[in-house]
Amino acid sequence: MSAVPTSSPLQARRHRLRGRLGDLGLHGLTLAAALACLVLVGAIVWKILALSGDSFDRFGLGFVTGRAWDPVKHVFGALPFIYGTAVSSLVALVLATPLAIAIGLYLSELAPRGVRGIVGSLVELLAAIPSVVLGLWGILVLGPFLAHHVEPSLHSALGFIPLFGDPQQTGQGLFTAAVILTIMIVPIVASISRELFLGVPRELEEGALALGATRWEMVRGVILPATRSGVAAAVILGLGRAVGEAIAVTQVIGGGTRIGWSLFPPADTLASKIASNYQGAGSGLEISSLLYLAAILLVLGLIANLVAQVIVRRFDPLRGARS
Amino acid sequence: MTEGITMTPVIEVAQARKDAEPVQRDIVFDIQKLTASYGKEPAISDVDLEIYRNVITAVIGPSGCGKSTFIRCLNRMNDLVPGAKIDGKILYQGDDLYASGVDPVEVRRRIGMVFQKANPFPKSIYDNVAWGPRVLGMRKDLDERVEKALRGAALWDEVKDRLKKNALSLSGGQQQRLCIARAIAVEPDVLLLDEPASALDPIATSAIEELMDELKRDYTLVIVTHNMQQAARVADMTAFFSLDVDEGRRTGVLVEYDETAKIFTNPSDKRTEDYVTGRFG
Repeated sequence: MSAVPTSSPLQARRHRLRGRLGDLGLHGLTLAAALACLVLVGAIVWKILALSGDSFDRFGLGFVTGRAWDPVKHVFGALPFIYGTAVSSLVALVLATPLAIAIGLYLSELAPRGVRGIVGSLVELLAAIPSVVLGLWGILVLGPFLAHHVEPSLHSALGFIPLFGDPQQTGQGLFTAAVILTIMIVPIVASISRELFLGVPRELEEGALALGATRWEMVRGVILPATRSGVAAAVILGLGRAVGEAIAVTQVIGGGTRIGWSLFPPADTLASKIASNYQGAGSGLEISSLLYLAAILLVLGLIANLVAQVIVRRFDPLRGARS
Repeated sequence: MTEGITMTPVIEVAQARKDAEPVQRDIVFDIQKLTASYGKEPAISDVDLEIYRNVITAVIGPSGCGKSTFIRCLNRMNDLVPGAKIDGKILYQGDDLYASGVDPVEVRRRIGMVFQKANPFPKSIYDNVAWGPRVLGMRKDLDERVEKALRGAALWDEVKDRLKKNALSLSGGQQQRLCIARAIAVEPDVLLLDEPASALDPIATSAIEELMDELKRDYTLVIVTHNMQQAARVADMTAFFSLDVDEGRRTGVLVEYDETAKIFTNPSDKRTEDYVTGRFG
């Protein structure tokens, strides 16, 4: 190592000045970038609320419970789409959560080292499939398969439950949309869960095993309780994704305003309704009503995100264990 | 007890122990030619040792000499480390611990372990102690069992009014005693302690040491410690491990194993003498 060259006081000051300018510049740039986000969110929210004003003036909050969507009679309501969004997202969550947790556990606790990398990347590749491609696959493969095999057997085995009504012939419907959403959510929740499980201190796992617990008992008694808030937040982030997904859902959900128990018939979600109707909207009021749907969607998305953040901050059982 | 943390009058302590030596001893662990490796490198090699019932056996030695590896072989904790491999034999009450039909889960139930870093679960104090019994199906009289374990770990009086509080709210020393309570709640035969007091202050350390003296009535204890005074204070038997450096390979070996008094006053190996007199390590 060579000695540090001695510099004159003037040089030192110049360096310091440059350094300070750099600091100022960095501060300014990063602040501007952060503020830009805030401004953008504000601008989007404001514009959407402003443009949905016509519809809001006409239908008020009754829009939320309105069941009709009739461009000819100029009557619009959001309930069928709220229903479609809620049902498709919830079904997707119910299917995706156990699957994703199982994948996360396998990758973090059970899989041999070599397998971890390969399967882990495959799971993440699943997240990389563009949703429109997934939607095409849904139309061509998944939908017909569900319609001809899964839905009939669910109906014949569990038909007494109103959820499993008569199967569809086309494969277009709520259930197909829910399964597509499941495929989209699983990689997100699985990779977040894996990180959470890996974050459980090794000492805790060893503590459980040293008491004579099996791996399953350790997972159930220590790992899952210690990570449940994080996993819940991951699931809600997945929910946010499911609620907002437009393209793939539009491709497979079929469209319609039916509200009923059965999961199989065609329907629409908020997002798919906006995506499929905006281009062909016939009147200003219809466009405004679509923006009203967008506003509802926006609120749902923000709520999901906030809830996830609150859960992570408030209910982390490991808060005291990490330091 | 607390003054013992400063430079101990090792010889006096040892002398006192020598007089109180029990005569007949049951062998709990009969360790024969134990070699444990991670990957290709052996961490400890050719260890022969007998560990006796209701006695505290200390394992001392410089860092990296395989003390922890050794103790983790005794309840098959090393099974969890990828690439870990065992050669030789460990007979536990006459049965080979590593025989093919042996269930490591059952081994760990009988041979409990307390770790260097206190590792209570992020649950209530009560649930920490009750966790093991619940998992193992010992649900009968759970409250009594929890109380007994907490009393056994000399923690009951400090926590009896806040059993529902999170265990992480306890001090470090209390957390470590909670871990001991958790370990004895499942009624093991043996308690392995891997540097249980290394992260604790002197007062908490002496509480743990007094506790160990109580526990040896019911349990066989094996303690790994880097603190020689601690070994001299608590242990009946002491095993001194050291590093054998051979062609750049560093392997832990058992140098000497004897009654604590002998190890600290009249060791038969030069390396032991150098270590206990503080010339290295």
